[in-house]
Amino acid sequence: MTAPLHEPTAEAAPSAAEEAAVASADAKAVQGRSLGRIAWERLKRDKLALAGGVVVIILIVIAVLAPVIANLVGQDPDAYHENLVDPLFSTPTGSLGGISGDHLLGVEPVNGRDIFARILYGAQISLLVGFLSAVVAVVLGTVLGILAGFFGGWVDSVVSRVMDGLLAFPQLLFIIALVSVMPNEMLGLSGTGVRVFVMILVIGFFGWPYVGRVVRGQTLSMREREYVEAARSLGAGRLYILFKELLPNLVAPIIVYTTMMIPTNILTEAALSFLGVGVKPPTASWGQMLSSAIDYYDSDPMYMVIPGVAIFITVLAFNLFGDGVRDALDPKGSR
Amino acid sequence: MTTQRTSGRRKRALAAAAVVAGLLTTAACGGGNGGGSKDGAAGFDAANNKVAQADQVKKGGTLKFVSAQDADSWDTTRGYYGFMWDFSRYYSRQLLTYKTAPGAEGAQLQPDLATDMGQVADGGKTYTFKLRDGVTWEDGKPITSQDIKYGIERVWAQDVLSGGPIYLQQMLDPKNTYKGPYKDTSKDHLGLKAIDTPDAKTIVFHLPQANSDFLQVLAMVTASPVRQDQDTKSKYGLHPFSSGPYKFQSYSPGKNLVLVRNDKWNASSDPVRKAYPDKITLDISTNQADMDQRLIKGDYDLDAGQTGLGPQGRQIALKQHKGNLDNPVSGFIRYAVFPQSVKPFDNLHCRKAVIYAADHVSLQTARGGPIAGGDIGTNMLPPSVAGGEGQKYDPYQIAGANKNGNVDLAKQELKACGQPNGFSTTIAVRNNKQQEVATAESLQAALKKVGITADIYQYDGSQSPGIIGAPGNVAKKKLGIIIMGWGPDFPTVQGYGIPLWDSSYILQSGNNNYALIKDKTIDGLFNQYTSTLDESKKTQIATEIDHKVMEGAYYLPFTFERLLNIRSSRLANVYTTNAYSGYYDFVNLGLKSTK
Repeated sequence: MTAPLHEPTAEAAPSAAEEAAVASADAKAVQGRSLGRIAWERLKRDKLALAGGVVVIILIVIAVLAPVIANLVGQDPDAYHENLVDPLFSTPTGSLGGISGDHLLGVEPVNGRDIFARILYGAQISLLVGFLSAVVAVVLGTVLGILAGFFGGWVDSVVSRVMDGLLAFPQLLFIIALVSVMPNEMLGLSGTGVRVFVMILVIGFFGWPYVGRVVRGQTLSMREREYVEAARSLGAGRLYILFKELLPNLVAPIIVYTTMMIPTNILTEAALSFLGVGVKPPTASWGQMLSSAIDYYDSDPMYMVIPGVAIFITVLAFNLFGDGVRDALDPKGSR
Repeated sequence: MTTQRTSGRRKRALAAAAVVAGLLTTAACGGGNGGGSKDGAAGFDAANNKVAQADQVKKGGTLKFVSAQDADSWDTTRGYYGFMWDFSRYYSRQLLTYKTAPGAEGAQLQPDLATDMGQVADGGKTYTFKLRDGVTWEDGKPITSQDIKYGIERVWAQDVLSGGPIYLQQMLDPKNTYKGPYKDTSKDHLGLKAIDTPDAKTIVFHLPQANSDFLQVLAMVTASPVRQDQDTKSKYGLHPFSSGPYKFQSYSPGKNLVLVRNDKWNASSDPVRKAYPDKITLDISTNQADMDQRLIKGDYDLDAGQTGLGPQGRQIALKQHKGNLDNPVSGFIRYAVFPQSVKPFDNLHCRKAVIYAADHVSLQTARGGPIAGGDIGTNMLPPSVAGGEGQKYDPYQIAGANKNGNVDLAKQELKACGQPNGFSTTIAVRNNKQQEVATAESLQAALKKVGITADIYQYDGSQSPGIIGAPGNVAKKKLGIIIMGWGPDFPTVQGYGIPLWDSSYILQSGNNNYALIKDKTIDGLFNQYTSTLDESKKTQIATEIDHKVMEGAYYLPFTFERLLNIRSSRLANVYTTNAYSGYYDFVNLGLKSTK
């Protein structure tokens, strides 16, 4: 599997990339440029996408450094500050939901927990669930999609019907039912850990058909292409064709789908926490904060606005970035 | 172009906002200028334990109730909701009923269909009552002692008429030998041996064992008369045959109920009911926010469910309509309870550690604060129940020195219980109401400070009987702390505490003795209570039972709950009563104007 088959790799794999390069680069830039480089150059020109990307990176940094930042401002997400809450109305005493130098985004009604610290920790949950469930979906979707597209026949029929079924499945209801029957401790996890694990698995599981359908379609169109024929005629095995010929050409759509899927997953996590089947108290989550803000939308609107804006910014940033990546990787794109 | 259009639209919006603001201001002025009197509001707490605006009542008009929930059943045998009991006095009478008086006096009994409080003989085993003259059904026929007996017999037919309290069966026929009127083979279906009706105006009760609260049970709505020829069995709740001043005109379950005057009712035969309005309507509104808004606006006079305003409505009402609010103590106590089947709560010191560790002010805030939540609870007998001492009895200094939690004492107790570094446990809490979860979170945060890690287990409140009410499940899931609330069925220690603290009330499903208390002293005190007829002695025993329960540290009380209810400015003769856990006494409400 090593020496004799080395040759086709060098020739076939870059072929698609080269096509793209030729199509887009103008005549004087004759020197070969890789797909990634071309994409990056296009992305650099897309200011909105770049802005989205920068926000995404900032969010990731915030999530990873949440404990450090919370420490810097001297706030614990679970500490009660009931002296800042009006006992009669249960709402923060200060204006704008109790925003002050100590509490940058104010405090929660009833118990006075610091909203800034809870938003930071909430980012951890949102991004963790958003990313990991996207990874689960992409891995499953790519493997099953490529198998269905490449082998066709009964494999394709089975995988396609399963995808159809899953797409029609009411996933939100299923997760709600599943979470309520889940044991409190499993696989060495307990409490919120179990919930996060289940959410990642289930959101990922119900997300793979979206990736699977695209990958299958791409594979179907590519398996008849000349470079695959060439590899086959040189005696390449199925696995070789799958992983060395087809997969590299699927990377672009897969990346695009991943970036588009993450914001959807973040929203699903927020919805689940909103419905009370997400993380467990006292763990902070944006959806859970929105849910408890309902009772105070009139008297303490900031409590609802802040997690809402956090979700909005995150989803918008991922979508802008995802759009940019798609445009950049699309060989037929006009930009 | 775009900008222009936007600015045009903005102008119009501004103009509209200005008009609305203007309207609001004028409306506010109309209400605000005269203070309490001009808009007719009686003032904050004006009807709490006292009668508000009794002299302004006029006969006639339509009294408008609204509720977020329909009654479980309007059938006098089947209803168990507190507001149904309160409301049922409009259309049903019993031998005895609660005095129509505010506060504690309202929990005292007085004769209704009966001429007096009954003749007691045999050391409390026989009760004889004579019926008043002129008491009639809605078709004008007289109410007989047989009608009362038949109404009581229906309690035995739990297979057809489920849902209501069964105290009558437990006291008159504890072995449940009678099969109920529908399976009764005797010709008149009056086969229950414990009740004699020697003539149409005399009724005699024979108890196998004396029970000092028997009169309380006779005043419950389950003891109402039902006439055999009008008994539609399970459909009776759709149109109960009236013995009171009002009768059903129309009823659509879950939508609305209209009562109109029963012209066959003789005011002279009824010492209790004043029957001021001509018509009483009850609309069911499933949207709490909308309902609160209409109550605040005065479209409705009262919330029949007496569940209090939602968070939004509460704030608006407290800020703008405080004069329409009352803040009475309800009979409810909110608490956490420690099942002894879950380690380490089998150990007294571990239970005490949790009580000392808890931040009681924080728990009160989580329940809604001093007004919407209630006063910090210090013991387990509601202040509205005879023998309840309120915050005067505070063995753990819950509302005193330890009100913000006492970490040192908690750690001492942990040491004494053999868990110096704390332990981990699970708090079970209903997820239906945010306040419940908020108390669980507060407890969790406070316990963390002494090294007790608590996981919060949320469940659907309607599943309570099978989840926290099943001791097997509690032990299996290790639910060491259960958050619950409880109110009395009738305002005595028996009506409140027997299901919670008596060892014979431990059930395999639907259990309410969550702590699994098996204390011979407490059981003995309950036996002593039921056989004591002297009122002051009864009160003393009630206090003693409460002390024993608190000494066992089975419970961590959160609040002596308060209600925050709104009454419209149209209402007159309004007051809250301990008979119905601090609800308004519906039966004698009147209107100031008949329009």
